[in-house]
Formats: sequence, C-alpha cells, structure tokens
Amino acid sequence: MTALLAVDDLSVAFNGRRVVQGVSFQVQPGETVALVGESGSGKSVTALSALRLLAAAGSNPSGSIVLDGVDVLHADEPALQHLRGGVAGMVFQEPMTSLNPLHHIGQQVAEAITLHQPLAGEALRARVLDLLHQAGLANAEERLEAYPHQLSGGQRQRVMIAAALANDPKLLIADEPTTALDVTIQAQILALLETLKRERGLALLLITHNLEIVRQHADRVVVMQHGLAVEQGRVAEVFAAPRHAYTRMLLATQPRGRPAPVPADAEELLRAEDMRVHFPIKRGLLRRVVGAVKAVDGVSLALHAGETLGLVGESGSGKTTLGLALLRLQASTGAITFEGQRIEALTARAMRPLRARMQVVFQDPYGSLSPRLSAGEIVGEGLEVHAPGLTQAEREARVAAALEEVGLEATSAQRYPHEFSGGQRQRLAIARALVLKPRFLVLDEPTSALDVSVQAQVVELLRGLQARYRLAYLFISHDLRVVRALAHRILVLKDGRVVEMGEAERLTAAPEQPYTRALMAAAFDLRVGEA
Amino acid sequence: MTPLNARRLANFRANRRGWYSLWVFLGLFVFTLGAEFIANDRPLLVWLDGRLLVPVMRDYAESDLLADGLPTEADWHDSTLVAEVEQRGWMLWPALPYAYRTVIRDLGRPSPAPPSWRNPLGTDDQARDVLARVIYGLRLAILFGFTLTLASSAIGIAAGAVQGFYGGTTDLLFQRFIELWSGMPQLYLLIILGSIVQPGFWVLLLFLLAFSWMALTGVVRAEFLRGRNLDYVRAARALGVSDVRMMWRHILPNAMVATLTFLPFILSGSVTILATLDFLGFGFPPGYPSLGELLSQGKNNLQAPWLAFTGFCVLGVVLTLLIFIGEAVRDAFDPRRLPGGGR
Repeated sequence: MTALLAVDDLSVAFNGRRVVQGVSFQVQPGETVALVGESGSGKSVTALSALRLLAAAGSNPSGSIVLDGVDVLHADEPALQHLRGGVAGMVFQEPMTSLNPLHHIGQQVAEAITLHQPLAGEALRARVLDLLHQAGLANAEERLEAYPHQLSGGQRQRVMIAAALANDPKLLIADEPTTALDVTIQAQILALLETLKRERGLALLLITHNLEIVRQHADRVVVMQHGLAVEQGRVAEVFAAPRHAYTRMLLATQPRGRPAPVPADAEELLRAEDMRVHFPIKRGLLRRVVGAVKAVDGVSLALHAGETLGLVGESGSGKTTLGLALLRLQASTGAITFEGQRIEALTARAMRPLRARMQVVFQDPYGSLSPRLSAGEIVGEGLEVHAPGLTQAEREARVAAALEEVGLEATSAQRYPHEFSGGQRQRLAIARALVLKPRFLVLDEPTSALDVSVQAQVVELLRGLQARYRLAYLFISHDLRVVRALAHRILVLKDGRVVEMGEAERLTAAPEQPYTRALMAAAFDLRVGEA
Repeated sequence: MTPLNARRLANFRANRRGWYSLWVFLGLFVFTLGAEFIANDRPLLVWLDGRLLVPVMRDYAESDLLADGLPTEADWHDSTLVAEVEQRGWMLWPALPYAYRTVIRDLGRPSPAPPSWRNPLGTDDQARDVLARVIYGLRLAILFGFTLTLASSAIGIAAGAVQGFYGGTTDLLFQRFIELWSGMPQLYLLIILGSIVQPGFWVLLLFLLAFSWMALTGVVRAEFLRGRNLDYVRAARALGVSDVRMMWRHILPNAMVATLTFLPFILSGSVTILATLDFLGFGFPPGYPSLGELLSQGKNNLQAPWLAFTGFCVLGVVLTLLIFIGEAVRDAFDPRRLPGGGR
C-alpha cells in the first residue's frame, strides 16, 4: 500500500534558524497519525509544509513531501491548488480567527466547494447543507446566514470541518482542533472526527499537545522536540514502552498526585454568601434595563487556610467573574467575609491594606506582566504600595527572595518579561503575588497557557507553596486533571450557578449531577457524556 | 541606563536619517539660540579708553561713550560714533551686523534689496536683513512650537487618560464637551481676541493651547480604554496600586507609542500654525521676527523672489527635519522592533 502522505527528511528554516530538521513520517489511507510535541517543537510547521502553506519568504523546505503521488515541494501552483482542499483539507486551532468574520458561514463553505467543483444555485446550497449536517451542526438550515460571531466555538469548528470536507479530501490535517474548546465540546468534536474518518475512510494528521487525545484517537504517533522527530511508532507501543527520554518525560509529567490534607484546625479565611454579578441588558431608545446577564447567580462558598477550592466549569460559566468578585475587583452583591471582616462594602481605599493578603494570578502569563517593566519592578511594585517604608536594598532583598521561592534566579530581576519562557513568566506572576505574603490566592487558569511538562512543574510549585505558607487557593480551571491534582474540594459552576460542590475525591469518582458526570467523562475519557 | 532604554537608543540610531536629522536640527536650534551673538546691530565687545564694554549684554547711553554724547541709547551704526570709538579703541562685531529689527538706512538701493555680500539673503521691504530675521524667527518658531507641543500633549494625555481609564459617564461627558469645544471657530475667536488685547508670545500660546490639546485625547483615550482591562493592569489593581500610579506606570508607557507617533506631526503643526497666523496677520504683532511674515512679504513683493524662496526653504527644511526625527523616535519606542532596526 502506498502512503497517502510521505514526508521524507523534511527540513525547514526561518531566516537561517532551523525549526524542522530531517523529519520523516508517512500517513497511510484511513489512518490517524498524531504529531505530538510542546510549543515550538515544529509540529505545525511540519503540517503546514505538507500543503506548502508556509509563507514563501524565509522558509526553505528541503527534503521531499509526496501527497497523493504529487511532489509537493516542486509542484506548480495549479497542482497545489488541486491538492489544497481537493486532496487534503485543513482545520485550524482557533475557529474564531480561521473563519472570515464578514461572511456568512454558508458562503464560506460554498466557497470551499466552488473552488473545486462547478456547482451553483440550489445544488450548491444542498451540498453546503449536506456538509454542515455531516459536520453535526444543528439547525444548519437556519444557520446558513449566520455570521461566525453568532456561533459558539464548537459550532465554528464544525463549520471549519464542513469546509475542509467540502471536496471529499483523502486527508484531513487538524492543527490543534480542540485546544480552544471546552472539554465537553472537545469530546464532541473528537467523536465527530472519529465518525467521519470511519465513514469516509479519511486519513487524519492530528497535531496536538494533548497526550490523552493521542492515546484514544490516533493509530500512530510522531513525537517531536526542537524540530526533530525523536520517536515514532504505534500509539500503544510508544505509550507502553517509550524509548526516547523526551517521550518518557512527556508521559511522566501529566499533572498527578494529590494535595496535602488540610489541617483539622484550619481557620476559616474567606466566606461568601449569595454572591451575584449581574450585567444589565439595555434596550431601546431610552436604554431601559430589560433584563440581566447573570454571570454569577447566588453562589456561596467558604475557604479555610491551607485549602484549595477548585472552581470548574465551561467557558462562560462565570468562574473568572466569581474570582474577581471575591477580590472586590468586580462589582457584585452578597456578603464577603475575609479574615473575619466584612469587606463587601469597603471603599477602594479601605480595601488597599487587605489587598496584600489576597492576591491573584492570571491565566495568560504573556498578558499579565507589563512588557515595559523589569521583573524586579513587577515583583517589587506590591512592596512599594504596601511597605513603602522599605529601603531600596530591603526591597531588592525581598524581591530576590520571592524570585528564588518560585524557582527563578535572583539575578533575573534585571530582565524583562519577553526574555522569559511561558513557564518562567507564570512563576514571575506567582512571585508578584507571593512577595506580599498573601493568605488567599485566586489562581485563574494559571496552567492553561502552558505546556504539559511546565504545567506539572507549576502545579508542583503551587502545592509546595501551599504546604509551606498555609495558603488558601481558589483554583479556577477548565482542566479537571490539574484541578484534581491540586484541589481539596471542587465547585462545579454552570451558567453562574453552583451545580455541585464536594470533596474532590468523591466528586471526580462519583459525581451526583448529570452535568458533572458529563464534564468528568469528557475530561478524563474524552467521551461525550449523556447529559 | 536600563537595557530597554539602551535598546531604544540603538533603534533610534539605527534610523540613520532620523539620527542625522536630529543633529542637524539640534545644530540649527543651538545656533539660533545664540542669535544675539550672531546677528546684532551692536558690537559684541568694545574697548574704549581702557574700558571693556559689552554692548550685546547691556545698553549704553551715548553719553557713556562720547564726551559730548546725549544721554540717549547709543546707535552703534552711527558713523560719527563708530569713527570716534575706532579712534579711541576697537570694536568686535558679530558675523552679521544687523538684528531682526534693524532698519538699514544706508542701503543705497531700494528695498527689498536682492542678496549681496552685505545682506546674504537680501533685505525685506522695510530694509531689514532677511538672514537676521530668519535666525531670530526660526528661534521663535521652534521655541513656540516646542512649548505649545509639550503643553498641549501634557493636557491632552491627561484628559485622554482620565476619559479612558474611568470610562462611563466621565467619558461620555468629556467626549460631548470635546465635540462642542472643537466646533468653536478658532480663527474668528482669534480675530476677536486680537481686537481686545495685543497677542504676545504667551497670550497666543494660551489661546492656541486651548484648542490644540484635543489632538491627542482620542488616541490616548483609546489606548487607556484598551489598557485598563489588560491582565497586568488588573493585577496592579489587585495589588492595591492607586489609580494615578496605575495610569502613570502601567498604561501610559503603552499609550506612549501611539502618542509619540503623533508628536512630530503636532510639533510641525504648531510651527505651521504660527507661520499661518503670522502670514494672515493675526499672529504676533508687527516687528516680531516671523517666518509667516516673511512669506507674506514674499507674496506682496513678487518682484523679490528671495523673500518667498527663503521663507519656503526655511520652513520646509525645519518641518522635514522634525518629521524625520519623529519617525526615528517612533521606531525607537516600537517594542516589536529588534535592536538594530530589524523586525
């Protein structure tokens, strides 16, 4: 059997820097091959090269790529046009930016068809509908005229898949197709790809950093590191007996373990009752309030010193809003008690002394550090506000101590955020919070933007800090694996309401509510739950 | 110097055109700052009967110099006085023996007189040396432009920052005010003003400032609206950082790139508006050395092309230099630019 896609000794360089070095692999018809690696390992570049989609300037692919019998690297434009979309379809990571926001989804799918087939009028419409149905878009008929922003992330990804399938390709290249999606939607999209593959005998080149997806959906896997394919083989074999150290490391670094138990005598640090955050909806000429988006709707919770409360839920469930409301960074109603003091009515000035003891770490380590300040200035800022009496030398010493605490060198205080890697930046953000010796920390998806191995390190760091300082964490995440590794109790949020709250062990093992069950199934087994 | 500033300087220097323009401009500016020592109708130094006089720094009465002199201010171009002083000592003249207001009485030709060795750029229609007027006029234009730009930027940035940072009602009211205010007919107001008071340097500056500060508010407001929701600004808020400090330290530096992009245009605009008003006759009162007035004379004396030509060249060169420098400054503050100017 000849391979559908045969990549042989592929190298790609940007401005002289080699990002892919001598990668070889094959994709047989009807088979799923996963390209796995951390960010910067060259997996996307490899996949894009297969259709010569990289910008011509700077990239000088060498080696050979044969797709469906055509030499891609030496093919002329018309031949490439036929390959793109005709033989191989492509699905990208971010469904919001890969669809044109100014065109109906119907038009966008139709465009993919008309590029390769002379269809028009009713026949075209019927074909578009057929494709959208196949891609599992509900009410496709009514949604033909919808714009991308009117669809959810999962629906947009289905449109992308429909467009990719428009010309019955033999190969589907999916570049992190589910990374931007919620776990339950991720499970649905993966199930859809599985079905399509079975029905059409489609080959799938799946690019992902999620090893669980690889384990469950791929036949063969290519592990990439620094542009090299360090290991490849059948998924079962590679996972059972990884030969290369990097693969072993990847497999071993899944977040695991459990947090240290909360001491029995731990005092209650934070209590919130009946928290509500409503955003008014205004309509009409007079901007009358006609209703409210209930971002957080009647949530009560309590948190003890040294305890982690995991806050899970899908995007839009109000997790982040609740976290910000507890810190009084978001207007809300409901009673908040912190260290035995009612804080919901305090003015910004009265809140200021308390801020040293309640801190926050945000999701995106690239956005949460000011690019214009050095690491030392970023970490030291809180001290300037809360301990203005410190001398320059004392402040520098405290900053250095905080940096070392999170595993950074004290000398890195001179450097600027862009000189740090993603994981280091997140450590820096944690150091900024820690330098004030807080007791309560809101962690808003602190690991989501990080690679798996780095995720595990950050989880380890957070656990260690909690044990040492008896910190209370409100850990917001959609990644239940990480939550399970950190949280003592879990609170499941849906549409601003509490679905279920309980001990982490029990909740992950035996959830009571159907919604929680669906969430767990999607997160741990990548299965579409029954709810 | 922090590494960031070092990189900015490197980026600034990498824009060769801007770098050289800066030096040319600085050279011109420093040169014109010493205008009194280059072009003046008084000697720099006078040695008279064993006394050293410094007419360029202080006034002397004729009676101080001559035994039979009147107690009025000495006219150093007066031939009797010159002859007398030369006999009893010596005089050191500046390179150009005329100030911007010196009327050359012994021109020997009808004014405006064409360029000659005596008047390298000719004279205007009131027999004043054009080069001297250009030197003084350039100094006034640059100083006026800088002051206006700095003041209007400071006010504009502060106003935009407050609007963008607080948003909501503050923003709404401020925006409506700006719309009303920018609808005011500037020129008419200036004509009315001119009929009430004599517009000197500061009056004109304050008046133009009242309208020019709005140039930057829009752009700064937009940057602040965007910036106030950035994660690191929220992190600063969570740290308990005060509003002013948050604006100043966290949002403003990022708004500065957009601001600096506008700055050269505001600066050249300020120079231009002064020239325009002078050209129309609504600017500084007659007698001030002004590039606009030079252009206006050029228009009225088409038979003397050196007037219009000089005015055009001086304004053109200054504005071009300012734009080149502005471009280099913008490059320097661009965080995406790699050291050495690459991207």
